[in-house]
Amino acid sequence: MPEIKDIILTYVKKEYVEEGDDIDVTYTTPLISGGIVDSFSMVSLKRFLENKYNIQIPDAKATPKAFDSVNNIIELLKEFNVK
Amino acid sequence: MTNIGSYEDRVKTFTWAISEQELEYKDGNVINIGEYCTDRICRMGKKDKLALIWENYAGEERRYTFNDMRVLTNTIATYLQKLGLKPGDRICLFMDKVPELYFGFLGILKMGGIAQPLFSAFGSESLVTRLADAQTSAIFTQRKHLAKVRNIMADMPSLKHVIVVDDDGSRPLREGELAFHMDKAERVEHFDIYPSKAETPSVLHYTSGTTGKPKGAQHVHYSLISQYITAKYVLDLKDDDIYWCTADPGWVTGTSYGIIGAWANGVTQCVLDSGFEASAWYRFIEKHKITVWYSAPTAIRSLMKEGEEPVKKHDLSSLRHLASVGEPLNAEAVIWSEKVFGLPFLDTYWQTETGSMMISNYPGMKIKPGSMGKPFPGITATVVDLKTFEPITKAGIVGLIAIKPGWPSMFRTYWNNVETYRSKFKNGWYISGDRASIDEEGYFWFVGRDDDVINTAGHLVGPFEIESALLEHPAVAESAVVGKPDPVNMEVVKAFIALKPGYEPSKDLDLDIMNFVRKKLSALAMPQEIEFVRSLPKTRSGKIMRRVLRAKEWGEEIGDTSTLEND
Repeated sequence: MPEIKDIILTYVKKEYVEEGDDIDVTYTTPLISGGIVDSFSMVSLKRFLENKYNIQIPDAKATPKAFDSVNNIIELLKEFNVK
Repeated sequence: MTNIGSYEDRVKTFTWAISEQELEYKDGNVINIGEYCTDRICRMGKKDKLALIWENYAGEERRYTFNDMRVLTNTIATYLQKLGLKPGDRICLFMDKVPELYFGFLGILKMGGIAQPLFSAFGSESLVTRLADAQTSAIFTQRKHLAKVRNIMADMPSLKHVIVVDDDGSRPLREGELAFHMDKAERVEHFDIYPSKAETPSVLHYTSGTTGKPKGAQHVHYSLISQYITAKYVLDLKDDDIYWCTADPGWVTGTSYGIIGAWANGVTQCVLDSGFEASAWYRFIEKHKITVWYSAPTAIRSLMKEGEEPVKKHDLSSLRHLASVGEPLNAEAVIWSEKVFGLPFLDTYWQTETGSMMISNYPGMKIKPGSMGKPFPGITATVVDLKTFEPITKAGIVGLIAIKPGWPSMFRTYWNNVETYRSKFKNGWYISGDRASIDEEGYFWFVGRDDDVINTAGHLVGPFEIESALLEHPAVAESAVVGKPDPVNMEVVKAFIALKPGYEPSKDLDLDIMNFVRKKLSALAMPQEIEFVRSLPKTRSGKIMRRVLRAKEWGEEIGDTSTLEND
């Protein structure tokens, strides 16, 4: 079973990095502040997490900071007992 | 003392000749925006003054004086000429907010090209639609966006040069792709600037409409007259200001006031090339001691959402003037900013087509929170009847915002679409497509769009473009797209979708459709909500009635449904 952070990293690479783009995304790459996922696209990333882990992330918790890297997302998911 | 002084007095005495005189421009003279923003400022004795302080998300910083900017824009203009590009050629800028975008814009203008900035978050389809319409000859881009450009090359025979500003040699470039490093290129001290005249085309900004493809609003070099003086009077820019315009130059605010207005006034600008993050924004203001801040309601409401705590952690005492543009600034945001920054955000209203501010709140003028303010001196604006296009003289009656044509920065046509351009003028007025009322004291109050165009975070999105993209998804039989109210973005895109036989609504399909549109068009166009329906409301002739769906979302009266097929 792949780890959660690998699932998210794979998803981010697949959905937010154009095929052939010269961007290396790791667990710590700044996603929002680095312009890989913009604030509008964050909605689809949040939806993915909600669908995948059957949770509801309140808007107040879905901040740019909480989504700014795969590691930050992992920390956020821990609040919803997704480990 | 503010630059505008008393608004009432200024209205009585203002003519555009004031701006022309300050810029030492006379009718028939050469007027080139690139020259005015760089060489002229150097001649005024400011060559060593900082023009640009740039920073990215990682804290990397680059600083350029006006002389640097003069030389680097010469360098870019020379490079473009050597590629064989000619005056009048459309040259696209498809980049994040890097210095090469700002200087590329001015370099293109210096060699007589038409600058075509496009939002770097656009997907391939949005990109090709706009480039094909303009028959663009060259494009500046970054490695991170190169794949999107490569995707469209087969459909863009006119596109001869793809200029990559940050190529590091790690991956081979293809035929037609060129590496250009602005900071490492041989600096060009002297360049014979193209002798553009008032009506010479300068900038092509694409904007969305209800129907058809996006339209290219074409501007001319004479727009400088409006952009210079509005930046001076409305943004109150002064010589010692440190100015931050948060808009992306892919949109008109980012060029009219993120490049032209500020630099024509010889003011130092800061640019933060980073996604939105409240603390990062406050830190940026504190670090660079920003004095004038021009932002957007969506950003302000996002800051409000983060609360007052992040504000308290920073010294923002350098701020002296705040303004906003994009969509109506709600009264709560004005009141909040006054409370936390000690200054209200002053709303300004204008459009891609108008090229500069039309209706604004002015420093020193009484502010009515939630109002758009009053027409800029020299601008004749009113609201006109929705059907007769006659001016409405009674206060409080809603009509269409209309502006008397003839201001310097008015668009001159839609590229390849003169018929639509002409249709924007009725009864001697430019019809904005926005509804408002005027109160007894002459303040304008925004009501909403008069068409189906969606204003999301200050950006206009055309429903037709999204519906067309949705139809390309294998599961979608038909769709209708409307704006849905949103507390932060004013509106977000909502799609009503009827599925093809064999497909069932599901969370995964919902997300798949969202991502499909995002990648094809842009994140702005991505439906943030999808409602799967059995069928869509249509007229008896089969036309989808978006207004019925929109009214439902906004809790409004549906209105006349006599032509509805199956109500």
